[in-house]
Amino acid sequence: MSDTKKILIKGGRVVDPANGFDEVADVLIVDHKIEAVGSVKDAGAEVIDANGCIVCPGLIDLHVHFREPGDEEEETIFSGSAAAVAGGFTSVVCMPNTKPAIDDETSVEYIHRMGRQARKTFIYCMGAITKDRKGEELAEMGLMVKAGAIGFTDDGAGVQNAAVMLRALKYAQMFDIVISQHCHDSSLGSNGVMNSGYNSTILGLPGMDPLAEEMMLWRDVQLVKKTNVRYHAQHLSTAGSVKIIREAKADGLPVSCEVTPHHLLFTDDAVMDYDTNFKVNPPLRTAADIEALKSAIKDGVVDCLATDHAPHLQSEKELEFLTAPCGIASLECALALYVRALVEPGVIGWSELIALMTYKPAGVIGVDKGTLTVGSRADVTIFDPDAEYVIDTEKFYSKSRNCPYDGWKVSAKIKTTIVAGEIRYSN
Amino acid sequence: MIRRNTKFNWKRKHLLSLRDLSRQELEHIFETAKGFEQFSTRSIKKAPTLRGKVMVNMFFEDSTRTRISFSLAASRLSADIVDFTKKSSSVSKGETLIDTARNLEAMGIDIVVIRHNAGGAAKLLSRSINACVVNAGDGFNEHPTQGLLDVYTIVKEKGSLEGLKIGIVGDIAHSRVARSNIWAMTKLGAEVTLVGPPTLMPAKVDQLPVNVSYNLDDVIENLDVINMLRIQFERMGGNPFPSVREYSHFFGLTVERAQRAKPGMLVMHPGPINRGLEMESEVADGEKSVILKQVANGLAIRMAVLFLVNQAAMQEGKK
Repeated sequence: MSDTKKILIKGGRVVDPANGFDEVADVLIVDHKIEAVGSVKDAGAEVIDANGCIVCPGLIDLHVHFREPGDEEEETIFSGSAAAVAGGFTSVVCMPNTKPAIDDETSVEYIHRMGRQARKTFIYCMGAITKDRKGEELAEMGLMVKAGAIGFTDDGAGVQNAAVMLRALKYAQMFDIVISQHCHDSSLGSNGVMNSGYNSTILGLPGMDPLAEEMMLWRDVQLVKKTNVRYHAQHLSTAGSVKIIREAKADGLPVSCEVTPHHLLFTDDAVMDYDTNFKVNPPLRTAADIEALKSAIKDGVVDCLATDHAPHLQSEKELEFLTAPCGIASLECALALYVRALVEPGVIGWSELIALMTYKPAGVIGVDKGTLTVGSRADVTIFDPDAEYVIDTEKFYSKSRNCPYDGWKVSAKIKTTIVAGEIRYSN
Repeated sequence: MIRRNTKFNWKRKHLLSLRDLSRQELEHIFETAKGFEQFSTRSIKKAPTLRGKVMVNMFFEDSTRTRISFSLAASRLSADIVDFTKKSSSVSKGETLIDTARNLEAMGIDIVVIRHNAGGAAKLLSRSINACVVNAGDGFNEHPTQGLLDVYTIVKEKGSLEGLKIGIVGDIAHSRVARSNIWAMTKLGAEVTLVGPPTLMPAKVDQLPVNVSYNLDDVIENLDVINMLRIQFERMGGNPFPSVREYSHFFGLTVERAQRAKPGMLVMHPGPINRGLEMESEVADGEKSVILKQVANGLAIRMAVLFLVNQAAMQEGKK
């Protein structure tokens, strides 16, 4: 019995929204499972003092780009996994827009294998909806499901052709998976590099109309009506999209959506100096859009908070705004950013925040995670909600530094990240 | 007339946009240009102002007028000139704009004149190198020296822009000339009306300090100045208007339209002209046209700009 490994997390504020639990308690982990939550005494356990900290289910991010295979100079599954646990994430979902795209079972198996070897966070992946993400022919969805893909998306691009999208949703009826979309009608915003509006006009940059996102989202909602397959809209950025999701949910459709930190923290004013760290897709929008997203979060219309962690080389971000790649690397500071955007201004409380980063995203991809239920796998994140720190990209585990939050003074510092009963990060 | 303001201390070592400039700064450039104008009439057309300085023309897009004008301006100020032309802009895995500029800078250049297809390219450059940066057109953001020479031409012809009604006609959405014109003209007191089809108007055009009209015939009779933009087929995606014929019908400056204008209306065009499209040849070459005067004034404006940015850089160096 000496092989049994025990960890006792003492005296933290245990917040487990799925179980409606929020009080000071101990959490005992035996081997890779949650053994007990409450007042626990166990002499043989390794003790973590969580006094003053929040102890919650491990955070789950449904949207990361780890760039492997193809762009390993920007990120690898190894470096991305280390960044994930440093950010408190015990599970992440890798997007399939790699080079080559994750569009067959071998690629899915490769991602999982590299994730196991990294042995940091738990790696899920979505496969591409269409071969090579070209939006033309369906990829081998069934074989990818068999290999463990938990959903499908052509992220980076939306599936432009309505007939192809309808076929994907119909075909997906065979499986218990989610179809996820980067909503962007390229006919309406093909060359845009920022939000279309007054700022794009005075900067002389091609704009992306909010309609490009909303048109595809609206179209997809009609297709979901017809097929009743679980559908997830990625990184909502406009008030119009919020309205479409709100109505679809009111109609009882199986739709969900996510929001990213940058769409809550910045408007397109951030682009005024042509700083490419603010170039993202979908683009930063307006104050009215931020308000709509926040009220959707408050009202429970938003299902989860993701990062869209999108690492890029400094040399590529040094290009002209027109040509630089889109994205922000934010995995390591995401929790603090959400605290800044949502908890500090009183939009939601800790329990709601944690729900949006744990069991709710788990529900979107249909995995039984994100709780501290006794007997469940011990994925646990411990953070100090009051500890202030300065975001320093030089200390990132991520290989990339394209992060506009560098130098921000924030709170909510990750102390310990436990994955399957193993301490994978501690600070 | 241009107000005299000899005590003004120019502090910018880059000229990136006219949106940044104050009225006072605009007037200071004109006053400086005026001093340089006599050069063209002298027998020895050179001043030693930039002797020993090196100016690079970094042109990532085609240009005849602007590039030659900058070269000539620099040579009149005795600078050494290097021409760098590259058809395409930096590609993601090739040498970046910044790397190219840093390399040139390592060879000891003092002023970079840049034309680039990306809005903000000049600003990006100014953040990355120590040399003076002069924007010779970046994407459809700005073309400050063109805006300056346009306004300078109007000032010379009309005395002032105060209260003038100016029409800018054509592809506003993709025009850097329009943007630079709008900022400079409105700062100097003109009332600007943008004229063109709605498909060639930029987003939220109503928030700019201008009027908008879709009907040239409605406004032509009231204009003191009309600036006809070139239809830039290379920039417009799709087909923002059904045909060249239809465009000319509604927005071309025909002889008939020009006759309905005020007798003293100035006809301007940043060049190169698509004759018969934006305007009929009779108008382009007619008595109202100041198109060639614009080109001539461009030289004095560019001499003034090169002189001023270099002066600011020298002052900065002394600190």
